Formats: sequence, structure tokens, C-alpha cells
Amino acid sequence: MSLDDLYRRVIMDHYQRPRNRGQIEEGAVTVDLNNPTCGDRISLQMRVVDHVIQEAKFIGEGCSISLASASMMTEAVKGLTVDQALELVDLFSKMMQGEEIDFDKFPLEDIEALTGVSKFPARIKCATLAWKALEKGVKSGQ
Amino acid sequence: MNAYKKDFPILHQEVNGHPLVYLDSAATSQKPYQVIEALENYYKSYNSNVHRGVHTLGSKATDAYEGAREKVRRFINARFSKEIIFTRGTTTAINLVASSYARTHLRTGDEIVITPSEHHSNLIPWQQVAKLTGATLKFFPLEPDGTLDLSKVKETLTDSTKIVAIQHVSNVLGTIHPIKEIAQLVHQHGGIILVDGAQSVPHMKVDVQDLDADFLAFSAHKMLGPTGIGVLYGKEALLEEMEPIEFGGEMIDHVDLYDSSWKELPWKFEGGTPIIAGAIGLGAAIDYLQAIGMEKVEAHDRALTKLAFEKLSQVEGITIYGPKENRTGAVTFNLDDVHPHDVATVLDAEGIAVRAGHHCCQPLMRWLQATATARASFSIYNDEQDIDRLVEGLQKTKEYFGNVFR
Repeated sequence: MSLDDLYRRVIMDHYQRPRNRGQIEEGAVTVDLNNPTCGDRISLQMRVVDHVIQEAKFIGEGCSISLASASMMTEAVKGLTVDQALELVDLFSKMMQGEEIDFDKFPLEDIEALTGVSKFPARIKCATLAWKALEKGVKSGQ
Repeated sequence: MNAYKKDFPILHQEVNGHPLVYLDSAATSQKPYQVIEALENYYKSYNSNVHRGVHTLGSKATDAYEGAREKVRRFINARFSKEIIFTRGTTTAINLVASSYARTHLRTGDEIVITPSEHHSNLIPWQQVAKLTGATLKFFPLEPDGTLDLSKVKETLTDSTKIVAIQHVSNVLGTIHPIKEIAQLVHQHGGIILVDGAQSVPHMKVDVQDLDADFLAFSAHKMLGPTGIGVLYGKEALLEEMEPIEFGGEMIDHVDLYDSSWKELPWKFEGGTPIIAGAIGLGAAIDYLQAIGMEKVEAHDRALTKLAFEKLSQVEGITIYGPKENRTGAVTFNLDDVHPHDVATVLDAEGIAVRAGHHCCQPLMRWLQATATARASFSIYNDEQDIDRLVEGLQKTKEYFGNVFR
């Protein structure tokens, strides 16, 4: 177990310069989630038109892993259909459980850097918070 | 090396390639051989149910279980061993008072007063009591360093104050509250005081008669004992007028088809097969602490807390929460620009165990304007070397994050 497996450069980049941080003015689904065991919180907003996620933004408080994960997730879901987003949620969950993902088949770009989190069991819940919000959001919008 | 460390087998291991430094005793303490062997001995040689056996093992188990109650009585200087109720822990003990005493004694217009720095286990039961009875939940104001000002305590109390429920020592700030003085003020108004001793009983001599506490709740696992057992102390007169909240075996006197009566104190509150091994383990933990002497334990834990405060204060970019003086058991802090989870992960890679999060004190975190904090907490087996390792670990944390941010 090496810290560098966890804190990959791209993760720290998203932590320091989070993408899609902010709020959507109108027409958005909002999901507020917190992690009761550690106090991390996220408010995720998505604008979904014709089952396609047009825009996703978040505000929240948390550690490097949870904020970087939220930043990456909001980048990744833009333009996806609701069904594709749910597939991505499933894939991410598998990744956190340490399952082998064929990244050639599923290009996850920056998200791939979060693979190392699966080796730090105490931090998995940090990484999954934003994805739980995504799942809840798209399901409530359906 | 610390003279007591040798008694704690778990401390003699490497974690992530480094000798373990355990600084999370406020969450749960480690257990000495003496406690582990007491549990093992019970299960190996006289495991039996209590209060019902004619057989030899049953008598032995009953003697050990009731003997543990007597050890607790002496440890906190209660008048009678029947004032010692074994519970699952501090949470269950507080809930017992809230459910049995408070719900039947409080009504609209009455007041419950607590502090904003309570552990959730001494906050939520009172929120529920207030909702169910119509009583008002009030808070003593905290000073900027998290301490209480007795003159403000005095101003908050009224003749409608029926219950004050208060931590003796804060699990986050380490603040030692002046319970004896507060108890006097509460009693002047005719109220009762429940003391959450989860973080004080492990670290200092707590004398319920000297404090004049009406109830005291604490957990064995934070004072070198096993998990799953704790204590509710209550003054006899109060416990006598309280109804049980759990019904079944063990707690009954006479049972009819439509009605039953209860055993006398303390057993009416201990429905079901009791926590026999746990009580025996708690008794062994008390023996261990008393062999050292609680004065010595208190001096050690306070000195180490002071030392940690001083050494951590010298780390650049650190914020330490709570008072500088008069604290024990824990130092809670944050490093600039590094979230406490990340601090805890880097420290863990160095073999150092600290807690990160809200420490079951969400309202206090908001008061501190922190979403989370890191906490190093101490017990008799910690020493100056542990503090030095922590300081080194924090320097490494800063270096590490300084590098990855670049």
C-alpha cells in the first residue's frame, strides 16, 4: 500500500481545481447527501432534458478523495443518457470493490485514477458519495 | 518505554511497516492482558448463567458478576451496589434515564439543559424527550474555548429546570467541566443532574457522592475494559421510583398471566441474561486501573495532553481546538489546507492511528466552524515518544501534500 496509489496527481488536480463547482440557476434536480460517519456533504444538481444529462454541478465539503470524485463524476456524466449514467454508477461501484475493469472497453479517463481507493477501505465511502448522489438524482428524475 | 505498554499485547505490532502508535483511545481504549485473561478465564473455566444455578459454575459466575458490581461501586464511591446498573454502554445508560425517568417526570414548561458540545448520545435522547413531553431543550452557552462560565450556567438554570445532562469531559475538546459546582446549582433549583462520564471515568477519580451526581453513565471499553458493557449509576431513591424499560427474564419477581412484578434494584433494570463476561472484564479493568492508582492515571493523562498540546502548537499551519489548560484525554486539531481524512490516511501509512471526522458531535463541529477535525487521544499506555511520532507524522503529511499540490 503506497500513498501514491491513493493520491494520484490527477486526483489532487481535481481537488484543487474542482470542475463544475457551483449551482444551476433553474430547471435542475437537486440531491443533498451527506456521509453521517464523517461529515462530508454534497449538494449535486443536474439538468436532465429528454433523459440526457445536460449539465451537472455540485457544491460540498469533504476530503480530497470525495471532492475529486465529485469533480470527475460531474465531468463524466455530461451528455450521458440516464441509463448510461446508471451503468457508470454500477461500473464505479465495481471499481471501488476492487473488481478488474476493462478500461479499454470503458474509457473512464480521469476517473481511472480513483482505482487506488479500493486499496484503502476506510476511504471508499469518500469516493462513492458523489456517485450515490448521482444515482439518487437520476432515479428521482425518471 | 512507558511502564504499562508491556501489558497491552496489541500495541506490540507493526502497522504499514511502522511500530503502531495508537492515539484513538477516546474512541475505544486497548485492553491489557489482565482484562483479556479475565474474559478468557470466565469462558474457559466457569461460563454459566447467573442468579439461577444451583450448580457450582453458576455460583462462581454469579459471584464474579456481582463482584464486578461491587468493584464498580467502590471505584466511583457509590453508597450501595444496587445503585450500579449494568447496561450495554453509555448510550444505553443515558437512554434508560431518558426513557424511564424523564418521560414520566417531565411535562410542558419543564426544561432540560445540556451543552452544545455533547456527544450525540447525550443530545438526541433529550431531543426525543422534549418532543414527547413538551419540555423545552436548552443549552448552556460555551465560551470561545469551549469551556463553561459558571455565572452563565447559573443564569441559564431556572426553577423549571428538571434535568441537566452534561458531559464531564468533552470527547472532542478534552474540556473538564466543573460538575460539582454545576450539580450544586442544579440542586438549588430542585433539578437533577446526569453526568456523561464516558470520557472522565477512564481518566480521573470520579466520586459520585463528592460530585453529588444523580446519575452517572460510562462505558467499559473506553477504560481498558471490553465492549458491550457500561454502567448507569443512579441515586437509590431515583432508581426506586423508575420503571424498567426492558421486560423479560431475570428482571421479574412474580409472573402471572396478566400481570407481573419486578425484582428489586438493580436487577429490575437488567432484563435478559446479563452481560456476564463484560462485567467480569470491566471488573478486571477497574482492578488494573486501581493497581496503578487513579491519581497517577489522571496525572499521566493530563500531563500527556498538555505535552501534546504544546508540541502540536509548534506545527506550522495547525489549529488546535479547545482550552489550553484544564483538559484531559484528547487534542483535536486541523492542518491548513489538508482535510482531516487525508491527515488520518497519511498518519495511518506511518502506523499512527488517529480519529478523523465529526466525533459524533455535529453541532459542536458547526460551532467550531469545522466540517471535521482530526483527534489524537491518550491513555495510560501512551508516552512522549508517541507524541513525537505524531508530530513527525504531521510534518510528513504537510510535506506530502505540499509535494502533490505542486
